[in-house]
Amino acid sequence: MSSSLKERLNYDKTFDCVQCGYCLPACPTYETMEKETHSPRGRINLVKMVAEGKASVEDLKEPIEKCLGCMACTTVCPTNVQYGEIFVGAKRVIDEERPRRRRLVEDFFFQSFFPSTKWMNALGNVTWLYQKSGLQKVSQRFGLTKRAPLRIHEFESALPSMPGPRNRRARADRYVRKRPAAAKVGFFKGCVMDSVFFETNQNTVELLLRSGAEVVFPEAQTCCGALHAHTGKVDQSVELAKRNIEAFEEEGFDYIVNNAGGCGARLVEYAHLFDEGTEWHERAVRFVDRVRDISEVLVELDGLTFEKELAKTVTYQPSCHLRNVQKVTSEPLDLIRRIHGVELRELERPEFCCGSAGVYNITNYEEAMDILDVKMQDVCGTGAGGVVTSNPGCQLQMKLGVEREGLGMDAVHLVDLLMEADPRPKW
Amino acid sequence: MEKWLEELQSLLPEERVLTSLADRHSYSFDASFGEHLPDAVVQVKENREVADVLKLANRYKVPVHPRGSGTCLSGGPLPVHGGIVLDMSQFPAIIDLSPRDLTVKVTPSVLTGNINKAAEKHGLMYAPDPSSAHVATIGGNLAESSGGPRGLKYGVTKDHVLGLEVVTPEGEIMKTGGQTIKNVTGIDLTKLIVGSEGTLGVIVGATLKLMPKPPAVQTIMVAFDEVRKAGEAISQTLTSGILPAKMEFMDQACIVAVENFQPVGLPVDAAAVIIIELDGHPETLRVERGLIEEIMEEMGAKEIIIPKSDEEAAKLWHARKQVSPAIAKIKPTKVSEDATVPRSKIPDFMDRLEIIKEKYGLDVVAFGHAGDGNLHPNILCDKRNVEEMKLVEQAVEDMFQAALDLGGTLSGEHGIGTMKAPFMELELGEVGLDMMKRIKDSWDPNGILNPGKVFPEKGQKLVLHHE
Repeated sequence: MSSSLKERLNYDKTFDCVQCGYCLPACPTYETMEKETHSPRGRINLVKMVAEGKASVEDLKEPIEKCLGCMACTTVCPTNVQYGEIFVGAKRVIDEERPRRRRLVEDFFFQSFFPSTKWMNALGNVTWLYQKSGLQKVSQRFGLTKRAPLRIHEFESALPSMPGPRNRRARADRYVRKRPAAAKVGFFKGCVMDSVFFETNQNTVELLLRSGAEVVFPEAQTCCGALHAHTGKVDQSVELAKRNIEAFEEEGFDYIVNNAGGCGARLVEYAHLFDEGTEWHERAVRFVDRVRDISEVLVELDGLTFEKELAKTVTYQPSCHLRNVQKVTSEPLDLIRRIHGVELRELERPEFCCGSAGVYNITNYEEAMDILDVKMQDVCGTGAGGVVTSNPGCQLQMKLGVEREGLGMDAVHLVDLLMEADPRPKW
Repeated sequence: MEKWLEELQSLLPEERVLTSLADRHSYSFDASFGEHLPDAVVQVKENREVADVLKLANRYKVPVHPRGSGTCLSGGPLPVHGGIVLDMSQFPAIIDLSPRDLTVKVTPSVLTGNINKAAEKHGLMYAPDPSSAHVATIGGNLAESSGGPRGLKYGVTKDHVLGLEVVTPEGEIMKTGGQTIKNVTGIDLTKLIVGSEGTLGVIVGATLKLMPKPPAVQTIMVAFDEVRKAGEAISQTLTSGILPAKMEFMDQACIVAVENFQPVGLPVDAAAVIIIELDGHPETLRVERGLIEEIMEEMGAKEIIIPKSDEEAAKLWHARKQVSPAIAKIKPTKVSEDATVPRSKIPDFMDRLEIIKEKYGLDVVAFGHAGDGNLHPNILCDKRNVEEMKLVEQAVEDMFQAALDLGGTLSGEHGIGTMKAPFMELELGEVGLDMMKRIKDSWDPNGILNPGKVFPEKGQKLVLHHE
């Protein structure tokens, strides 16, 4: 690594922070962990201290690893501090110092597992087999999953029911229309999204088709790189970005659509990965200009009517990455309100993270549950009978939340709720 | 490990005595200048714990620096002599309203904005409104006697305190004042402690005055083509029998900065604007609005803008709030002062600022609560540029001198802390400062409570640069 520690830690950017503390009330970990060390202001100051040699990378580790990366602080910051860049820089420096053993395991996951369609299909198949073979019931009954590492047992019961490998293989890569299409959409399928949440992806495509769009799955697309960036593997995440930009350049799309808040947030940030004036930067800007969340496209195309009345009271938990990074706030609410019979009760603090945050709830289980507890108080306060989310991670976490509270509620992805309301083409 | 630290750890639950380097660094700063590493951070959650910590500190003569959310602009909570940071922000937050008495009892960790929110539910308000009210704790506000835009009509924090619960520097718990509006029993210890910046005691509870919330507000914006005219218009308004709730001032540099940052349609060719808020009964407001328009026209206003809706008015106030971030775009470091002058002297103060700006060749912009003479001259600079920061130090000194020459004061609402201590004698004189020091010494014989604040140390100078 040729660049200095100061550069890698974005030392210069830390000076944008005037330490006013306006970020404190917005930060979930400051609220639950009750320490300045776990606030955005504290973390930025520590990065500065490490860059100045007054503290070590080791001192920085816990405060940075306990950050959700929800970016709620950036929405209230009066001086527009680029916290995301400071955060990723710090992650990267910490990652460079991690022990070799951990590196081998992580390298497999990040270099081979997530970016590989094959592995993702395998994950989907194993989940399906596990659910269908009765193994899930057996292991739940005998508490076997409780012995799995990383509290997997907490999450596995929240997983959606999986379609079989044959159904998954049967999906086409291209859905064209005979009549002129309202838009040509390149679908960004996501890695975990397309394995574990295959049905939601199918429903997304269905909504686009019924809205009058053509949908294509560019074959060369790969993982968005969000998990890599947030665990400090910056170089790998740049490589993945290049592969995706190339994949979606192969034909002209009006929109590049995704349905996972976390992935979308990464996609819209691709342009920041390259220096201005370079060819890659230009290509990234062209890519970013067309990236949309599914809710944005459905509102823009405005091609659906919802025929079936759903007698439900729901609340909406926006994904932090959709809200704070992609700045998509009104569209999901707008879509929910279009369904007959659905009563929407908004959360008191929708901006407060649910604690899912990528793999945070797996790597920092206890802290994530403390945050989830705060969220569930808000959810219960609405008196709603269900939670609508816009990101698979949030959906799993909210499912876990309602189960922990023993509520007879469900958490669904917005797309699945819309499908349930029997969407029909307007014209 | 030092003996006092060991004992401290046995006094409180382990997780509330923080000694790791990361934790200590996290409490080494506030929103002003300077960075001082404490030996330990103690998070107290009840009166007894505060008392215990202070008793221990007295035995071992360890400094204790009370701290709220650390939003202080004058260095109030900085642990300049190491020792203990007493973090009050995690104290249980309790707001106990007595709407029929128009009073409220609060604990120190309550966020100031939340007091007003709770009061509003009963048609009441807590008047002081520092811009940091949604983050800052009332404990910190009481210690520094914070102000805000409404200070013009309603005064600063000290004008709204009826009684206090305080842990003395020697670790005893006492009450001052009471819950009545009139209370003249004995020496007024409440007023003595409010604004004493944590040097005379740790505030653990307070009874505050509430007032009826005015039923309506009216915003007016006026543009001028000369700064002096704006200053004179402010004086003229205030002597006309109308008392606005707020009268905020922005110079051209601020207007341009805001328009470049987040355009709201402010008149960028104006030399200065004043944004006025009247509050009271709607009928009164109609009459007062007319009178203000007349005054402003007489004073040669370039343009008078009356917002057509609440949203439009909110946009103007939002623009005022954007000044701080907007000017931070000019240069990364912002040295914000709160020297205050008698209201009639605002035009003269503006002239002096212009001279200082020319003399040092620095980026100086001015905005603030001009209605109460509390301008915020801001110097935009870069902390990393040592030579520039040395010039800034001199410019700040000149600003204070200018304010004092005009019969003003070092601080309108931020407090003295570390930033203004070197200039105290200039304002108070030798005897005045000595009398203050004597009070401090008799209250805190071991000098353990927030040392290094308010009172200058021998030869202490304002230092903003790092060599």
